Amino acid sequence: MTDLTSLTIAAARDQLKARTISATELTEAYLSAIDSANGALNAYIAVTPDKARAMAKASDERLASGKAGALEGIPLGIKDLFATEGEHTQACSHILDGFKPRYESTVTANLWKDGAVMLGKLNMDEFAMGSSNESSWYGPVVNPWRARGSEEKLVPGGSSGGSAAAVAARLCAAATATDTGGSIRQPAAFTGTVGIKPTYGRCSRWGIAAFASSLDQAGPIARDVRDCAIMLKSMASVDKMDTTSVDLPVPDYEAALGKSLKGRKIGIPREYRVDGMPGEIEALWQQGIAWLKDAGAEIVDISLPHTKYALPAYYIVAPAEASSNLARYDGVRYGLRVDGKDIADMYEKTRAAGFGKEVKRRIMIGTYVLSAGYYDAYYIKAQKVRTLIKRDFELAFHAGVDAILTPATPSSAFAIGDKELAADPVKMYLNDIFTVTVNMAGLPGMAIPAGLDPKGLPLGLQLIGKPFEEETLFTVADVIEKAAGTFTPSKWW
Amino acid sequence: MSVDLATVKRVARLSRIALADGEAERMMGELNGILGFVEQLSEVNVEGVEPMTSVTPMAMKKRVDAVTDGDKAADIVANAPVSEQNFFLVPKVVE
Repeated sequence: MTDLTSLTIAAARDQLKARTISATELTEAYLSAIDSANGALNAYIAVTPDKARAMAKASDERLASGKAGALEGIPLGIKDLFATEGEHTQACSHILDGFKPRYESTVTANLWKDGAVMLGKLNMDEFAMGSSNESSWYGPVVNPWRARGSEEKLVPGGSSGGSAAAVAARLCAAATATDTGGSIRQPAAFTGTVGIKPTYGRCSRWGIAAFASSLDQAGPIARDVRDCAIMLKSMASVDKMDTTSVDLPVPDYEAALGKSLKGRKIGIPREYRVDGMPGEIEALWQQGIAWLKDAGAEIVDISLPHTKYALPAYYIVAPAEASSNLARYDGVRYGLRVDGKDIADMYEKTRAAGFGKEVKRRIMIGTYVLSAGYYDAYYIKAQKVRTLIKRDFELAFHAGVDAILTPATPSSAFAIGDKELAADPVKMYLNDIFTVTVNMAGLPGMAIPAGLDPKGLPLGLQLIGKPFEEETLFTVADVIEKAAGTFTPSKWW
Repeated sequence: MSVDLATVKRVARLSRIALADGEAERMMGELNGILGFVEQLSEVNVEGVEPMTSVTPMAMKKRVDAVTDGDKAADIVANAPVSEQNFFLVPKVVE
């Protein structure tokens, strides 16, 4: 019998419906895979076997009675940022110690309503702030990929590092993730998985611990393009609990696969060719262009002149919003409390003990740029630059471009504990140089594995689309996947 | 623009984060690194440009002015580090 964890969602769905496998068998296969792998990879920070078994049993009953949902019996991993009722929900921060919400996030509720099974909560950078998953209170995640002939531990990217690693190592069929500046697409690129950050407003933010509310958006990480489409269809919804949730019906993203690229225009932005970019990234990009051209797409050079200002503007806007969102963690309503001589002392001691270095740094920057005398110079300026970044994209789309192709990251996965990156926060921030523009403009962006670098590590391409035209991204990504194939790490754990 | 040690300490106070000995010095270097990085925005001409307030042009949704939730005080205090009779307990703030 084949290993059940090797089945994609689409394949498992068929076998579950045909009753050749049961949801219970599938869930047990994943639970035992987690059991043997998690010590080495640290992808899960809480496994929920009892809940998983109960949900799988209920799925089997629905499958037997012909009442199966779109994700019936599919075992998923959930990023720790999503509120899951009665289960570990800490955004991988010490300050939320012991927090078990009394409510469920809309995205996870949608998944359970469609019959999915929860395996547990996944590791991430603390409050989704990071690009390497090293800022987690629960320690770093180890990338299931290693360089050829090396045993060095690599990062899976971040902040959705646990999600990406768990999907790549087949410790779940797919995972939920979130993306504020690249936190779905960069880890997907580092692990050979597919991830999509949909348009701002497509997935409800209700029940997702807020980092930067105008940028945060949930999306899936999955093994292939089809699974990603299946996941997004269930995750997305119109939700009255989130005022930025958009009133548009959720399309059937799977139906976008297999469509022709004839007559489609793909833009190649010259500003994404940055100094010091390794040759293999440029080569991968050229390969991607060739694949799309072969598939009948028209390739056009475009210019997005404000690209280089997206990252600096992001490092004003995101910390500013974070400093406000994270004000709620004060030792009164939930999580950690460190007593002090008065209430202010209690707040200060609680937050000093509860937040990690990166989170403190961002709260401080955010507080500074919002403080009297600096608000206009920093925050308002950054929001004006954001308008210009969005306008660049609007002009390109207005000129007839259907989607934009860029590299996903400026490098492949790097080592855990990289000294240069640890010493200079700005260097770490540069990981998001190709992804952050998309959040600033609220657009959909997708990372799709396209090849391996000379060390044998996965590299990804990014597709950027028009608002609420995720279907175009799925059509184009499907063409890339058919040309590039899919990528699985060889098991060493 | 860059921050000095006094500013770092003031911002930490505003952020309600206690700094350990030596932390302010380290933080000053890091914050100045980030502020130096964002300095490049001064090259951008933003004259006549509106600051972004929403990435998607949408009218703020409004809900009816009605009670639609409530009666769950026990749920709300369930995660509190210290509570009593459905109240959050904090150190004395009024003498």
